[in-house]
This record gives sequence, structure tokens and C-alpha cells, in this order.
Amino acid sequence: MAPVDAPWEEKMMTFLTRRTTLLAAATCAATLGLTVIAEAQTSIKIGYAISRTGPNTGGAAVTTIPNYELWVKEVNAAGGIKLGDKRVPIEVVQYDDRSNAEEAVRALERLINQDKVDFILPPWGTGLNLAVGPTLNREGYPHLAATAVTDRAPELAKRWPNSFWLLGTSADAAKSLVELLNKLRDEKKIGDTVAMVSIADGFGIDLSSAARPALTNAKFKLAYDKSYPIGTQDLAPIVNEIKALNPDVFIAFSYPPDTLALTEQSRIAGLNPKVFYTGVGTAFPLYKQKFGKNTEGVMGIGGWSGDSAAIKDYLARHKAAAANGAEPDRWASAVTYASLQMLQQAIERVGKIDRAAVIKDLQTGTFDTVIGKVKLDNNMPTRYWWVGQWQDGEFYGIAPAKNEGARAAIVPKPAWVAP
Amino acid sequence: MSTRIAGFGATALAALALLALVPRLGNAYYLALAISLLQYTVLATAWGMFSGPTRYVSLATTAFFGVGAYTVAVLGEILPWPLVLLTAAALGAIVAGIVGLSTLRLSGVYFVIFTFGLTELIRQLVVWFEVNKSRVLGRYVFVNITQADIYWQLLALTAAVFLLGWLIARSRLGFALRVIGEDETVAKHCGINTTFAKVALFTISATVMTLVGAIMAPRWTYIEPSIAFNSMISFQVLIMALLGGAHRLWGPVLGAVPLTLLFELLSARFPNTFTIILGCIFLLIVYMLPRGVAGLFEKLSTTAGGKPTQRVAA
Repeated sequence: MAPVDAPWEEKMMTFLTRRTTLLAAATCAATLGLTVIAEAQTSIKIGYAISRTGPNTGGAAVTTIPNYELWVKEVNAAGGIKLGDKRVPIEVVQYDDRSNAEEAVRALERLINQDKVDFILPPWGTGLNLAVGPTLNREGYPHLAATAVTDRAPELAKRWPNSFWLLGTSADAAKSLVELLNKLRDEKKIGDTVAMVSIADGFGIDLSSAARPALTNAKFKLAYDKSYPIGTQDLAPIVNEIKALNPDVFIAFSYPPDTLALTEQSRIAGLNPKVFYTGVGTAFPLYKQKFGKNTEGVMGIGGWSGDSAAIKDYLARHKAAAANGAEPDRWASAVTYASLQMLQQAIERVGKIDRAAVIKDLQTGTFDTVIGKVKLDNNMPTRYWWVGQWQDGEFYGIAPAKNEGARAAIVPKPAWVAP
Repeated sequence: MSTRIAGFGATALAALALLALVPRLGNAYYLALAISLLQYTVLATAWGMFSGPTRYVSLATTAFFGVGAYTVAVLGEILPWPLVLLTAAALGAIVAGIVGLSTLRLSGVYFVIFTFGLTELIRQLVVWFEVNKSRVLGRYVFVNITQADIYWQLLALTAAVFLLGWLIARSRLGFALRVIGEDETVAKHCGINTTFAKVALFTISATVMTLVGAIMAPRWTYIEPSIAFNSMISFQVLIMALLGGAHRLWGPVLGAVPLTLLFELLSARFPNTFTIILGCIFLLIVYMLPRGVAGLFEKLSTTAGGKPTQRVAA
């Protein structure tokens, strides 16, 4: 997963709110002075270091920070987390990891040793989650990685039994996509020419390396298979080349900025294959804002059970709580929120601050979350949404088809309309 | 003179022995902070070793640091650790040698720009190779190295760098570099092989930086080009060395230690306004301490009646 630039209004808003918060905090500190000591036993200290600056800011601001804030607000409004027969509120300690692995590790060591927090929420993104893994493992803190996609997840879960990899592996993502394409071809809805592009970064490389053999084994014809460097501004040549090949399926394992650029360029060039699939960012609310009616039929990585009451309720609460009414993304947001619910339920079942027992409960327990009932197997969920599709303004999960709430795919994709 | 050196050596050894006990404190946070302090001390001192006397401002710190980190990412699980470090050092030296030979004829701002571009060049080469040849981007480093091990290795490297710097300053090479720093044309006329002197020191300094990258890599488990080649390191090291005073061997430490502590304090106390405060502090440093902390000490000792020094800030 990767960076996306927030619109400047949004940045301005966050800046303003941050400044106000700081001012408020300063005033509070000045007036209250030292009267706030001696309440340590009556709260649960939760710490996190998150990317507020640097290239990860966009992803953290869409997927992670709003969910952490929403959860803390809701839990505290309800009186806090239930420990035994009393409720104790959450107290938050947070730092900026500046999108830097070294900084993230040190911030966590500070949270653990200096701030002595009871629990830690993970940073955003695959790289940083892997960077903090050894520290959380050594110190015995549960590590609920909700924004990391890595093929080594099963191995990591064994190496660090305190770590939980909730977003799955890229091999799985590619497999699900190819299964869906196979089914569509059997139903005679698509032919067998595929054009695939991928970004030359962790995500694109992992997914295309997994998809390439899967497509070839399924006897799809890979008419186009290229990668482009991060930060490529002009994607028009790629789109035009692909249009000339007239494929049935277009797959882009892309990051948010190029997901937007590829979609825009395809609309302009009139590249409208029967299946149009783009990568990270397709599930972002920004995508819907930017393309409106043109999102109809676009497939992408992620998805959720948009018809479920729990998700509808979560969407409404998220919009109400966010300062600017921002919506969650339709992939890792709900998973992130679910991971917080799991943590809370595990703590409440244990009934005290006993991290080893909480880890044990996370490994074995069943949890009632916004993404449905979750029971982990080898520290990983058994159900993921891998392909979603924009249908009538909502990004519904369509594959794997066996998932509860999976919608049927709209194929062929409707033609682009003038914006 | 020799008794002074012996006394100094004894003090340094005692300090080293004391510092080696830091991991025994058993507080992972202080250990992390100490690792950070040593990392920047070595990097800034190595930077000052070359850039101080020659006044070539290099932004290539990240390039060598990254080469070291990536060597560990590729070989960490295959070779025994000392061999990995040796390979990293050798790679760093080779890259520095090639780069030095081809670019140390550049001077002034051209050299600065080239060294900055070098980081991006190496990073893109690594990306290209990983994407097209190995087809993995992002490597995992699972080696059996604890935080205390990292600390001790860095401490040993710090000691080695200071010893090396002290020896070079007393050698013909050190003298040659000071002449080059004052006036390169004059140096040539005096019969100094300026190219050799510059490339030799550039290579030594770069090898040390490469070793720091290699030693630090096991701390992160996961390495990808954007993590290994983070250009912030180049700038931070430059600022630290300038604050301390790059014209003295012990100058950069005086910048690295307070600035690392300051970064730590700011990111702990003001996580949201970190960059703004940092910018203001940099402005203050440039205006108030143009010759660094070392320069300030010299000035104080001069006004207190010592000998006036003729050096100009690097």
C-alpha cells in the first residue's frame, strides 16, 4: 500500500485542527498543572506511532488514523474498556514516525519503556509493520497488523506468535483475481486476452509475480506485461499501447496516484475492456469523488460486504466522527476497525492488563466485528475480500465468491461517460 | 607530548569501557537512543574526515549507508556475519573508488549536486535490478543479532573511526588534504598528488558509512530501497557535522550528540510540529554558529588569551 496526496483543503483542515488541539492541550496543561497525577490505575494507556509526515501520510490519514480516533472516541463515550466489573477509559499516547522505519522502532521503544503503555496499535503500511515486528515480539505486545500485505505472513505469524496478519498475502490476492476471471470466461462473458501493468515497487512486484504464473496456468493470453517506476507522471503511452491490443481484461497492480492516472487516461483514450481492474486506491472514497458515475463496473483490490447492516452502520459512524465527514476506504479501513474491536473484546474477556493472556485470546477466540465473525487460524483470518467492484456508488466485494455477501460481477464494464 | 597522548588514550579507553556497559542498563529505550547517537556520531565524523579538510560538501552519505544496508539484505541470511560486514565494506570502498575517481575533479556546487544524484542513481539501479532480475522488491533480514550487538559494533566502529582520523591527521595524507583544502592549485604545485589524496580519503570515509548501514540493517527486519536509501540521512549528517564544526576530528560529535537528542526530544514532545521547530533551529544554528560548536570553543579560548587560529569554517 502506498502514498496518496490528500487534497490541500484536507491538509489545511488537519493542520488547523491540530493547531487547535495543541492550543487546547497547552491551555489545559497550564490550568490543570499537576493535578492530573495519580489517575494511572484508572485508565488503559494505548500508544501508537503513525506517519503524520512523509510519504506514508496519505495512506495513514485515510485508513488508519480516522479509525484509531473513532474507536477511542466511541469506547470512551461508552465509559471505557471493561476490566472485570468496572469500565476504564483509554488514554492515548501518540507519536509521528515520519514514515521512517528507524523512527517507528524508536517511537515504539519509547512508548514501551518511557510511557509504559498497556497496549500498542500498529503503524500504517507493510514496511513499517515489518520493521516494528521484532520489537513488539520481544516486549510481548499484541501486534494486529491490519494494513500489511505480505507473502511471508504465515511464516511471520509463526516467528512472532504475538503478530496477527489481517490483510492476507499477495499470492492470495492474485489467485482470487485469476479465479474470478476464469469463472467469467467459463460463463463466456470474457475472452482470454489479458493486459497487465504493475508498479515497480513491493506491491506491484509481489502481485504481478503471483498473477503471471496463475494466468498462464489458466491458459490466459498475456498480451501485455510491463512495469513502470514509482512516480511515473505520464501513463498515456502505456494506456494507448494497451488499447491497440484490444484486450478483454485490463489489470493494473498500481498505487493510488497511478490508479487515478490510469483510470483517467483510460477514460480519455477510450480503453474500455470487459474487465477493468486497478490496484490500491480504487477502494478509496477519493476515487468515487473523482470519477463519480464513471466508477460503475470498475474492479479493484479490496472490497467489503456493502449490504451488511454492520458495515452500513460503521460507514455512518465513520462519516459522523471524521472532522470533514470523510468516508473510510473499502478495504483496510473496516479491517483496521475490526482489529480494534478484536483487541477490545480480547482485553475484556481477559478482564485485566495481561498481554500474554490477551495474545492467547486473540489466537483462539471468536470475535464479533464490523466485518462479521472473525476467528483466526494461525494468526490470520480465514476470509478476505480480494476483488471489489464499484456498483451504483458503492464498492462491493465480489471475490472470493464463497464469501458471505459477495455480489455478482457486472461484466462487461459499462462504457465511460463524459464527466 | 607522549605523556599527553598516553593520558588521552587512557581516558578514551575508560570512556569506551563505560559506554560498553550501556546495554547492561536493561532499558531498551536508552539503548535505542544510544544506538542512534553512535550511528550519527560515526556518520558525521566520517563525513567530516573527508569534507572537513577538503571542503567538498558531500550528500552521498545515504548512498553508502544504503549500499551497506542492502548488502545485508541480500547476503545476511547466506553468509556468516563478519563476512557480510567485510563484503559490505569492500562494496562501499569499490563504489567510492569509482565515484571518487570520476567526480573528485568536480568542485563546488557541481560536486554537491552529483553526490545527491548518486544516491538516487544507486537506488534506481537497485530497484531496476530487483524488478527485472530478482523479481522481489523488499527483502527480509532475519539474522541473529540483538540490539546490544548492534550497539557494541557501532561503539567499536566509533573507536576505530576516531583512531583512524587521529592517525590520518598526523600522516602525510592528512597534511596533503589540509593543503588541498586551503588551495588546491598550490597543493598541485607543491607536488601533492591531489587526486590520489582526495580519492583515498573519500574511500575511507565512504567505507565507514557503508559499515554503519550494514550494522544498522538488522534493526528493521524489512528493507526496501525507500528505507535503505532515505536521503534524510545525508542532510541530517551534513547539518550535524556543520553544527559541530567539520574542521576538527572531534567537531562533528559536538553536533551529532545534541542534534540527535534534540530530534528525540522534539519528536517525543511535539510530534505534530516537529518539522517547523526543526526548521527554526536550523536557521538559528546557521546564523548564530557559522563555524560550529568547535569554532565557538576555539573563539572562547582565543578571547581567554590562547593563540588565535587561522582556520576558516568548512
